[in-house]
Parts: sequence; structure tokens; C-alpha cells
Amino acid sequence: METTLINRKDAKLSLAHIYVGFIAVLLGGIAGLLQTFVRSGAITLPAGIGYYQLLTAHGVLLALVFTTYFIIGFLYSGISKTTGTLAEGPRKLGWAGYYVMTTGTVITTIMILTNDASVLYTFYAPLQASPWFYIGLALVVIGSWISGAGMFRQYRNWKKANPGQLSPLFSFMAVMTMLLWLIATLGVAATVVLQLIPWSFGWVDTINVLLSRTLFWYFGHPLVYFWLLPAYICWYVIIPKIIGGKIFSDSLARLSFVLFLLFSIPVGFHHQLLESGVSHTWKFIQVTLTFMVIVPSLMTAFSLFATFELSGRQKGARGLFGWVKKLPWKDARFFAPFMGMLIFIPAGAGGIINASNQLNQVIHNTLWVTGHFHLTVATSVALTFFGIAYWLIPHLTGRTLTKKINLLANIQTIIWVVGMAMMSGAMHTVGLLGAPRRTAYTTYGDYPDALGWIPYEVAMAVGGSFLFIGILVLIYIVVHLSFFAPKGVEAYPIGEVADQAERTPAILENWKLWIGVCVALILFAYTIPIMEIIENAPPGSPGFRLW
Amino acid sequence: MHMHKYEKIWLIFGGITLIVFLSVIGVSAFAMGHHPPSDMTTIDPEKVKETAPFDDPGLKKIGDNEYEAVMVAQAFMFGEPLEVPKGATVHFKVTSADVVHGFSIPGTNVNMMITPGHINTITHTFDEAGEFLIICNEYCGVGHQAMSGRIEVN
Repeated sequence: METTLINRKDAKLSLAHIYVGFIAVLLGGIAGLLQTFVRSGAITLPAGIGYYQLLTAHGVLLALVFTTYFIIGFLYSGISKTTGTLAEGPRKLGWAGYYVMTTGTVITTIMILTNDASVLYTFYAPLQASPWFYIGLALVVIGSWISGAGMFRQYRNWKKANPGQLSPLFSFMAVMTMLLWLIATLGVAATVVLQLIPWSFGWVDTINVLLSRTLFWYFGHPLVYFWLLPAYICWYVIIPKIIGGKIFSDSLARLSFVLFLLFSIPVGFHHQLLESGVSHTWKFIQVTLTFMVIVPSLMTAFSLFATFELSGRQKGARGLFGWVKKLPWKDARFFAPFMGMLIFIPAGAGGIINASNQLNQVIHNTLWVTGHFHLTVATSVALTFFGIAYWLIPHLTGRTLTKKINLLANIQTIIWVVGMAMMSGAMHTVGLLGAPRRTAYTTYGDYPDALGWIPYEVAMAVGGSFLFIGILVLIYIVVHLSFFAPKGVEAYPIGEVADQAERTPAILENWKLWIGVCVALILFAYTIPIMEIIENAPPGSPGFRLW
Repeated sequence: MHMHKYEKIWLIFGGITLIVFLSVIGVSAFAMGHHPPSDMTTIDPEKVKETAPFDDPGLKKIGDNEYEAVMVAQAFMFGEPLEVPKGATVHFKVTSADVVHGFSIPGTNVNMMITPGHINTITHTFDEAGEFLIICNEYCGVGHQAMSGRIEVN
């Protein structure tokens, strides 16, 4: 199986997505590098470019464009691999989604470049961007729904053709990821289409700011799980094959994905802990639900390390930690995602701090938070995606990952980890001292505390420079694997379930049940507070363009 | 569903830590009163300067070394510097006259969001003398990095 390539037409669809993703990485990376230099006071921007304009571009290109495109490209490829060549319908939906998303991305990018949308990628009202910025974003979301519909259809076709059979693990996880995305994006679509677009066109004069923020964060937290779940697919399904082991347990893998669906959405208030208009009781309820994701996270950690140990022992490892030596450290397909997993340990611990009522008070809106998600999405997720690209791109282009490129990819991983340790480490530390996030160079009139933050901001710039070099190396690898690497067949590694693993209970694939529980939890966590927000709403806010 | 013995131990350990974490947060919030700032009072964001108490912002003595600081956050300032004696307890009452702002005093636990249409409140006792900085830690426009205020504690 592993020696055959997936259908060429399906490969083209995946590649089209992945290329847009990596172009976004290059552009977003340039913006990021410049930001670290501006923030530390090393340079001022030429040609009237604003710091916050760059910051908007950085966030939109990396957090929204790179992730969404890469994820959809990766999931389509894996669905084609595990459920067979895409049927006409799903493939067409894939392309339709691609074109709608790309139209949206182009419109949004133009609005940022013309400085009509320096509202950052979270676009909090009542800062008011050009309506076309919001329309572009809406198109990106709608396009991703169309792509998701294609995946759902392909999955349903497979279930019909194989009645009573358990779906391939990859396809189950892909469907779960897109389902989570669909349910989550309903919130952001609601605020964009029903509030922001009419308001920015001037069809209505004012906006309910708190409602808009609440709908945004209903989406904003599951957004991070939308990034994370495809990385987990790699860790659960792909990595066991690469290390020559087996998937520890199919049922636990599925159960953890079900739990991520249930506990990643009804939790948005932990991003709004410090704001008025939401009672502290509902904040606490959502903090409790937030903490539930600790369970599937610990399950995932256990499964991964169990796979590592079992495969190491099969290869003859002895002693408590002998299996560590048996892992394929020199294989970039393993090394990059593994470093991502390792960094997820401090990243996850930081997340628990952020979601805790009282500790949030200390770190909220400081550079600590920026440091946190540069560990989660920009390291754990990004390194895993890079590790996927090292075999997926040659698989799709009919080329091979050579030893030389493999070595370069390992060097890339090391550059990334070193750069991120410096940048994110400095961000975490200076955040604890109170330095605000999303702020251009400032000393607040040479205030001593603020002057004391500058050395950390210099460390951020040094780390950021490492990361930029890492991005250049990465882009070189991507271009090489796409157009210049020797022709051949690069395997698509799909793990098999261990023999001793138990049969998976059919209940885990009962979509009606899990969607029902998910909706019930969302209604429980949000109905009363949202009713309060609407009933007790103050007069709305007009729009402001303060840039 | 069958689980490996070690996995059961691991998840029970995880479950216990989860309960401990939530108990610490819950007791701290509900028994000790350390709730995050969650004022439910609203205000017309376009009439801030005509609405009491924001029509007369500034420091008011309300008790023995206890003050109320009424402040309006707006692009890109917090108003006049404040001066309080050492040991003073200050109740900050803040709203926004335009967009969303942050209100944080580095070196203290004072940190809250200021959203237009809402009033937010937080209390802090300044036990040490010195000059404190109030900064906006939510992006609010081109001058965001300059948005700050001062508190002089004598």
C-alpha cells in the first residue's frame, strides 16, 4: 500500500492548498521578523508601513491562511489515501472551496495592504475595518465549509460502500476536525455576517461590542483545536508507521477526538475573564469545562509514549528508557513532529495557567500570551506540519525526500526550536513583568520598568531572526521537494493498529450522539449568558478608525 | 472499553490534578472573593462625558485612606495623573469613550478590560511608595503604544 501514490487529481488538489499555505508562511514570516525589530527599537518602518498593519498581516497570514490551507490540503490527501480516490463530487467541492477561500484571502490581503484593515486578526469592534476585509474573511470561512462538505461526502460514500465497518482512523479524525471547525465557525460567521458587515457598510449605526466579542471567542478557542487536531492526526496515525510501530489503541484515539469536540467549544469565556458584562459564575463554569481538555490531552500523551516504548521494546530495547535510543532521531519525518510534541508539554502547562481565573489576571494581554501561542501553534503545530510536508509534498509531486534534504530538515527543526526558545522564553518572562502584547516600540516616557523590558525585546528579535532563517530554510526545502528532488515514490505513512488492541466500540462513530452532546454543552454554557448580554445590552457603539 | 492498567493510573492521576486545580480556583474565587473583574453596570458609550460619575472624573476620597478613581479610557489617554498616600486603597472605576482598551498597572495585579458600553471595576491597595504606570494593553489604534497614565504614591 505505502508504495503507491494517491490519485494524481487528488494530489493536485492537496498541493494547491499546501502551496498557498507556504507562500503565507514566507510573507507572514517577513512581517514577523520586521515586528521584532520595530518592537525592540532597532528600526523604524519605511514607506509609511504601520507596525499594526504588519501585525495584522502576520496574524492573518500565519494563524488563519497558513493553517487553514495546510490543514485542508493534508486532510484531503489522507482521505484520498485511506478511503480511496475522491469521487467526482467531493473533489469538485474541494476545488470550489479552494477558489472561494482564495478569493477571500486575496480580498483580505488587499485591504490590509491598503491600510484599510489595521484591526489585527482578531478584528475587535468597535475598531472598524473596510467592509471588504470582513467579506474576505467570510469567504475564507465559507470556502472552508465547502471543502469540509466534500470531505463529509467522501466519508459518507465510504460508509455506504462498507456497511457496518469501522471507518479508517485518518478519515474519522479528518471528519471530526472539519466538524469541530464547522460548529465553531458558526460563531464567527454570525458576528461577521450579522453584525460587522452591515455595520461597516453603514446599514446600521452601532454594534453590540460584547456580543461580537463573545461570538468571536465562541470560535476563537476551538480555532486552536482546529490547528491542533491535524497535528494529533500526525501523532496518532502517521508517526507510529514512521517509527516502525503500531497505533496503541484505535478506540482511545477516537475517544480523545470525541472529547476534543465536546470540550473545545463551550469554553470561550476563559478568553474574556477580565471583561465586564459577563458574570463570574458563567466565567467559572466555562473555566471548568476548559479544564476538561486536560483528560484527552493526557490520553494523547499516554498513547504516543506507549507507541514509542512498545516499538522500541519490539526492536530489542532493554531497561526503563532503552526504547528512547531506538527512536529514529535522524528521520526528519519523526524528529520535527517529535520536537513539536515535546514543546507541547510546557505549552499545555502555560495554557492551564492562562485559563485559571486568578492567574489570568497576571498574564492577560501581556507578552506571556504571545509567548504561549508561539509555543502551541507556532511550534507544536507548525513543526508537525513541517514534518508532514517533508514526506507529503514529495509523495504528491512524485519525488523523494533525499538524505541531504532530510539533514537540512533536521537542521531546520533545530534552528526553529532554538529560535523559539529564545523568543518565546523572552516573551513569557517579560510578560510576567507586565509588558503588553500587540504594542509597538515604547518606553512610556522612559519609565524605568518599561526600559527594563527592552533587553527582553532584543532577545525576542534575536530569536525572531533565527526563526526567519528557519523559514528561509523551510521554503528552500519546500521548493526543492516540489520541483527539483529526484523522481520516485515517497511513502504515505499510515499506521496500523496494534494486534493486542481491543475492537473499537461502534458508539465512537455515532455522529448523531456526539453532535447532540456537543450542542447540548454549547447551549448549556452559552444560552443564559448570551441572553443576558442581549437583554442587558447598553446602547451600541459606532465604528472607529483610529489608525 | 478496556484500558491498560498504566493508562488507568495515569488518567486517575490526571483526574485528581484536575479536581485539585479546579478546587483551588473555585475556593479562591468563591470563598476568598478573588473573582476576575466582572462588573455588570452598563453605560451609553456615546454619552460617557455626560453620565455620572464620568462627567467628573478623578480621585475622590471615600473613607479612611480609601479612594475612588473614576477614569475614562480613550484614544490614547487615561486622564490626569493621580496622587495617593502610601497604604491607600483605590477603587478604580473605568469605562471607555471609544474602542476597547486595556487597563493594567505593571507590578500589581491590576489588569482588566475596558469595553465601550460597560463599566469595569477593580480595587488595589498601594502598600509601597513610588510612581506607578497605568498602561493600555489592548490594541486600540495607531497611538496605542503611547497610551499610559501615572499614579504617584507618596
